[in-house]
Amino acid sequence: MGSEDSRGTSCAKCPAASRLSQIGLQAADYSYLVALTGNPNTGKSSIFNALTGLRQHVGNWPGKTVTRAEGGFSFDGIHYRLVDLPGTYSLLSASEDEEIARNFILFGRPDCTVVVMDATALERNLNLALQVLEITDKVVLCVNLMDEADRKGIEVDVRALARELGVPAVPTVARTRQGLHELVHTIAGVCRGEIVTKPRRLPVDSGLERAVAELVPLIESVAPGLPNARWVAYRLLDGDHRVRQALLSGELARLEESQASPVQRANRLISLEGTQ
Amino acid sequence: MNPQEVLERTDRLRRQLGIDFRDQMVTSLFEQSHQIAARTVRRRGEGGWDLDQRIDRLVTSPVFGLPLMLMLLAAIFWLTIVGANYPSQLIAWLLFAIEEHAAGLFEGWGAPWWVTGLLWHGIWRGLAWVVSVMLPPMAIFFPIFTILEDLGYLPRVAFNLDWLFRKAGAHGKQALSMAMGFGCNAAGVISTRVIDSPRERLIAILTNNFVPCNGRFPTLIMLGTIFVGAAFPPALASLAAAGSVVGVVLIGAGFTFLVSWLLARTLLKGEASAFTLELPPYRRPSILRILYTSLIDRTVFVLFRAMMTAAPAGALIWILGNIEAGGASLADHAARFLDPLGRAVGLDGVILLAYVIAIPANEIVVPTMLMVYTGSGMMTEAASFDQLRAVLVDQHGWTLVTAVCLMLFSLLHNPCGTTILTIWKETRSAKWTAVGALMPLAIAFLVTFAVAGLARLSQ
Repeated sequence: MGSEDSRGTSCAKCPAASRLSQIGLQAADYSYLVALTGNPNTGKSSIFNALTGLRQHVGNWPGKTVTRAEGGFSFDGIHYRLVDLPGTYSLLSASEDEEIARNFILFGRPDCTVVVMDATALERNLNLALQVLEITDKVVLCVNLMDEADRKGIEVDVRALARELGVPAVPTVARTRQGLHELVHTIAGVCRGEIVTKPRRLPVDSGLERAVAELVPLIESVAPGLPNARWVAYRLLDGDHRVRQALLSGELARLEESQASPVQRANRLISLEGTQ
Repeated sequence: MNPQEVLERTDRLRRQLGIDFRDQMVTSLFEQSHQIAARTVRRRGEGGWDLDQRIDRLVTSPVFGLPLMLMLLAAIFWLTIVGANYPSQLIAWLLFAIEEHAAGLFEGWGAPWWVTGLLWHGIWRGLAWVVSVMLPPMAIFFPIFTILEDLGYLPRVAFNLDWLFRKAGAHGKQALSMAMGFGCNAAGVISTRVIDSPRERLIAILTNNFVPCNGRFPTLIMLGTIFVGAAFPPALASLAAAGSVVGVVLIGAGFTFLVSWLLARTLLKGEASAFTLELPPYRRPSILRILYTSLIDRTVFVLFRAMMTAAPAGALIWILGNIEAGGASLADHAARFLDPLGRAVGLDGVILLAYVIAIPANEIVVPTMLMVYTGSGMMTEAASFDQLRAVLVDQHGWTLVTAVCLMLFSLLHNPCGTTILTIWKETRSAKWTAVGALMPLAIAFLVTFAVAGLARLSQ
């Protein structure tokens, strides 16, 4: 893994248009899988549209995206597949949209998970970001709606945020495409392993830490190849019924394949129909 | 070690820990978020918040919230009715003129009568009706609706209606799926996914049909204009028509609450669950995107779907109207067969036949009805609402009761084929799909039967 920070390249020197191209739905062959997650109504769908050139319906109300929408973009000649997940406040409860989001982050094994955050309500958005960081290391924070924050007199120190959470953070205004090039650059860096992250983990008491340490190897022996046994251990200790079921039925070990599920097809249909 | 043993070990560990895991996790999350935010966010004064909050205080106020919402709804319908009237006539005039000329040309070329009939008086006429009746209202209604969506008004509607849903034992976010239902009930059913509780989600799915979708609005608008609006002096006609459409929507909302309440006390027992709903900041809508979303994504999509069903339906109606058995066309036979049932609920056999043919898509009810009424006869001059009124009232004996019953039937009857399919996809249950399709139909028959009966008694 290289440690070189590729964000050093200035955008004045690299004409965005020539390197970033939207490839909409024709993203069958791709090298990297990127997931978009975030609280409801933070502009995930706007970012998705801006990057893929698709026109996923955008509306100013929380809960508008209820399925996964998928598209693609190409950057520096490499194809990326982008999945727009339903907006959620947390990954702890079990409503259908949260289930879709967390299953994808956990079992879909995205090469990079972008957490879209509302700059005007950063504290609440951090709840989700911290939960995502419990599941995966490969995270990019996208601090969106910077213009709205500015209008409301809110200043977000994005560099400090990146330092605090141990993952790169990019300020954006999706509506005007501001910051998108740097976002894509950073996503590419994380996917290729050029940007190394040191995600902040929630401090837990030592008893719990020991319990998790004891469970992780057991879970890994039952479900080999599971990307995040630590998080599964948390869920099991919390008594998460679905995760228990998934472990018992052997579904947990197989979940990776089942990501190409009917949900995806239905949702493709919806995004084409545009009535979502 | 097998999975069962892992779970047993987990349970033992959990008992040893003796802590509420979730409490610790959530507390830790909130503390961390608070700390990080404190280090990364700075506020310059308190500017900017005031206007949003002042507007919110008004639109979500317990006193003004609901009346404002109703006024907004009425204004949208009024704009739609006033704005759509003239373009509708123009498009109808143009398309029917094309039908007449093309049919004339075909006859001149010596094409067989059935080719001309099927093609121009069947398929083309079906399409012409759908386009002229649906396109103008949609092209006005959808952009206005999208503006409200973009502004951020919809969550405020959910906020205003929450207490009503709570009383009915349903979920407050059902207001959002209802709002989506105005565009298309199938989309409304899909949008119920924002509701966490399966019980409340099912209630929202089963009652979404009581919001008249865009496919049914043209029927309501037409009836409101030619029966209700026409009873008022011209200056007030469009207001009265809009008022009647708002009235129908309110009746639909009433049935939503009533049926939700009944379901929550019988088949789907349970308490309403609590939820948080974010009231997003008001955002300036982006005009270009609104035009794109509402005109291309919604209008053209819905219109195209309607045309895809209208073309074969037009052909079917023409065939039914032109194949004769025992001195009358098949359509006449079918309509006569359905007539007693139709009369009992204040309608007639032709209207019921139109609803049977229009199961795939509600958009084609009015065109189907008119085509069966006029049969194989030419009707190139029914372009204006006055002439439409003449056809319905003078030739087919419609009364105000017919119009009211039809508006109610249109509001309450079974969802269209697409929506039924969507209900099945979302619930994966034959039982709930059947309930979703048949319960509204039964309610529609009961209500119109009662209204027609009352009307008969009072005469």
